[in-house]
Amino acid sequence: MSAVDTHHDEHHAPPASSIKRWLFTTNHKDLGTLYLWFALIMFFIGGAMALIIRLELFQPGLQFVDPSFFNQMTTMHALIMIFGAVMPAFVGLANWMVPMMIGAPDMALPRMNNWSFWIMPAAIGLLLSTLFMESGGPAGGWTMYPPLVLQGGDSFAFFIFSVHFMGISSIMGSINIVATILNMRAPGMTLLKMPLFVWTWLITAFLLIAVIPVLAGAVTMLLTDRFFGTSFFNAAGGGDPVLYQHIFWFFGHPEVYILILPAFGVISEIIPTFARKRLFGYASMVYATASIAFLSFIVWAHHMFTVGMPLAGELFFMFSTMMIAVPTGVKVFNWIATMWRGAMTFETPMLFALGFVVMFTIGGFSGLMLAITPADIQYHDSYFVVAHFHYVLVPGAIYSLMAAAYYWLPKWTGHMYDEKLGQWHFWLSTIFVNLLFFPMHFVGLAGMPRRIPDYNLQFADMNALASVGAFGFGFTQILFVYIIVKAVRGGEKATDQVWDGADGLEWTVPSPAPYHTFDTPPDVK
Amino acid sequence: MAGGSYYVPHQAKWPIVGTIGLFVFFVGFANLLNGASIGPTVLAGGTAILVVMMFGWFGDVIRESEGGMYKKNEGMSFRMGMGWFIFSEVFFFAAFFGALFYARQLALPWLSGEGAGATTQAILYPEFSFTWPNTANGPEAIGGQFEAMGAFGLPLINTLLLLTSGVTCTIAHHAIKEGKRKSMSMWLLATVILGAIFLTLQVEEYAHAYNELNLTLESGIYGSTFFMLTGFHGFHVAMGTLMLFIVMIRGFRGHFTAENHFAFEASAWYWHFVDVVWLGLYVFVYWL
Repeated sequence: MSAVDTHHDEHHAPPASSIKRWLFTTNHKDLGTLYLWFALIMFFIGGAMALIIRLELFQPGLQFVDPSFFNQMTTMHALIMIFGAVMPAFVGLANWMVPMMIGAPDMALPRMNNWSFWIMPAAIGLLLSTLFMESGGPAGGWTMYPPLVLQGGDSFAFFIFSVHFMGISSIMGSINIVATILNMRAPGMTLLKMPLFVWTWLITAFLLIAVIPVLAGAVTMLLTDRFFGTSFFNAAGGGDPVLYQHIFWFFGHPEVYILILPAFGVISEIIPTFARKRLFGYASMVYATASIAFLSFIVWAHHMFTVGMPLAGELFFMFSTMMIAVPTGVKVFNWIATMWRGAMTFETPMLFALGFVVMFTIGGFSGLMLAITPADIQYHDSYFVVAHFHYVLVPGAIYSLMAAAYYWLPKWTGHMYDEKLGQWHFWLSTIFVNLLFFPMHFVGLAGMPRRIPDYNLQFADMNALASVGAFGFGFTQILFVYIIVKAVRGGEKATDQVWDGADGLEWTVPSPAPYHTFDTPPDVK
Repeated sequence: MAGGSYYVPHQAKWPIVGTIGLFVFFVGFANLLNGASIGPTVLAGGTAILVVMMFGWFGDVIRESEGGMYKKNEGMSFRMGMGWFIFSEVFFFAAFFGALFYARQLALPWLSGEGAGATTQAILYPEFSFTWPNTANGPEAIGGQFEAMGAFGLPLINTLLLLTSGVTCTIAHHAIKEGKRKSMSMWLLATVILGAIFLTLQVEEYAHAYNELNLTLESGIYGSTFFMLTGFHGFHVAMGTLMLFIVMIRGFRGHFTAENHFAFEASAWYWHFVDVVWLGLYVFVYWL
């Protein structure tokens, strides 16, 4: 390496047009930017897949795609959105914001940071390449249940390795975040002074380090069952297909919280700013986050109530799942109490944050319904489940990402975004997202199964509505890209403080944030 | 972090090489599994790129370390990185241990009609009644009759070897803490030799399993868990031995001081981790 200097000799970024800058960068802001753009591109690719699904489901009968391709779309839509869009977007936010929030000069392990990012395009490329193979892409659902998934064509091995590949990125990225938070805080930045976004990411990264290897183990067993004659998931050899589901969901349930805890962090930053009050119940927020993380390890089999578990298992997982409502409720009440008697204004980040609180809670309540074992036996694998997890992920996780983008864009670019267009973006998104997902509750309760390209005539009206909502929501996001590009290219100059109610170290540095911040650690009172 | 100047390298070319290496590796491996003739070549190419990357990347870090670029904070970041990496490895092994416990305590008893499995057995495999390990290759006796690996032959010797290597590794640690580089390397040499003997005996054990016991990877869930657990462990022993070997050579070349020996610590932690996993294996896979 050419750079052997302990002090920064170049305080300015290399030109943005230089490819080398982006390929070789170790700068947390550069890598954060790369993660965020990558996630946005994946959001559109995964979104295009969702639109293919909704196009086919606009009417009953088979119109546009054959069922096998439909199955590939449901599988790939989930994988791309989870591993390609939401997770990298939150890692991008962590890269940009965590060092600035704790007063660190960069991430703890800057070279590994570069590796964690650049693995992502390669891994997703490997995954997407399966769509162009003769056998088509994976079509057994993102949960990869055997024996179905083992019957896939040549794409199977590529698909499994792409999961390993993305896992390597996630583990390295999370180790880096944990090391940064635990080792790089400015003097005086004690753990209980950290912004909540930092706290939620610390706990999320811990979850990732613990469960991604379990997923790696599960898919490795799939691989050996298919290619090396092992019997992990084969009852004839003493294994059990249900064993896969246990291992997968031991990963999968904490994964759900990996997708939502950083969102809680973002919302906990934004609401105090626009309510112009300190966050209500800071310590209880931290403990609630930790409780959710702990509970996430002992609830996994609520995804499997219909596989035939012993009664004791069904009961245990029902009650443990319901307990999650307690810390989650603490959070929602704290957000509301923060707003209580606050001097509120409703700029775009706040609108998305409020949308999050309302609509995430809708998804949370339908989750509570699903937690009830006897009820779940009816709801299982229906569109009600689809409605539930899309409410927590789209107007939940994705809304928090949009809120975060609007909230920190002025700090990143030095320009205010177009407030009027931002408001349009929020209202159009919110109308369409509800048109898209709310009807799914009804068709689900009426018995429409998920992951099927055709349906009974009685579901036709609601599906047509949902499809209209889907296309409306999808095309509204082009407005989001336009607003971002506009803010990157110019616009009203942002002040350093940006939002008058904002609090935290990131608002003490200039806008746009210089290439290197906090080379000498700030004093934290 | 106390007071200023954390070392942040400006540009790094090895990570992107690592990404390319991993990509080629996985494409090659997948092609190999699909029976494409190009597979092995591409896999070898990917492995070669990864090896070059590791030499280059570790080389840079070693030069910076020996050049005094790292202080206490950088060292702490490295230690946390290694510590959390080992934590993730624990969970990787936990998945396979979990599969073993589930199969033995739940799946196989259910298949032979216990608890909620009465109808499953009656409909699917009315003849099957399960005893561990003899019929642990399932109701269809996948892979044919086999004999389980005994706990008190080679595995016991291997246990003693690994425990001894843990001791020599710790003696080496005390040596470097007192600044005795040469002594550290000599004790590491002993550790590496013990690790190598362990691996040789494991190859011997596998040959015995395949040739005399008819115990193979395909021997139902018993063979699956036995070979995947011991195999992944063996792979980790091989990696640990390699790491300690490199630390040993660096010691002979005059690297490390009493204060600055992160590579030693990381390798030693890894070695002890591998040791502990083995104890779990010995108890649950071989003995009970």
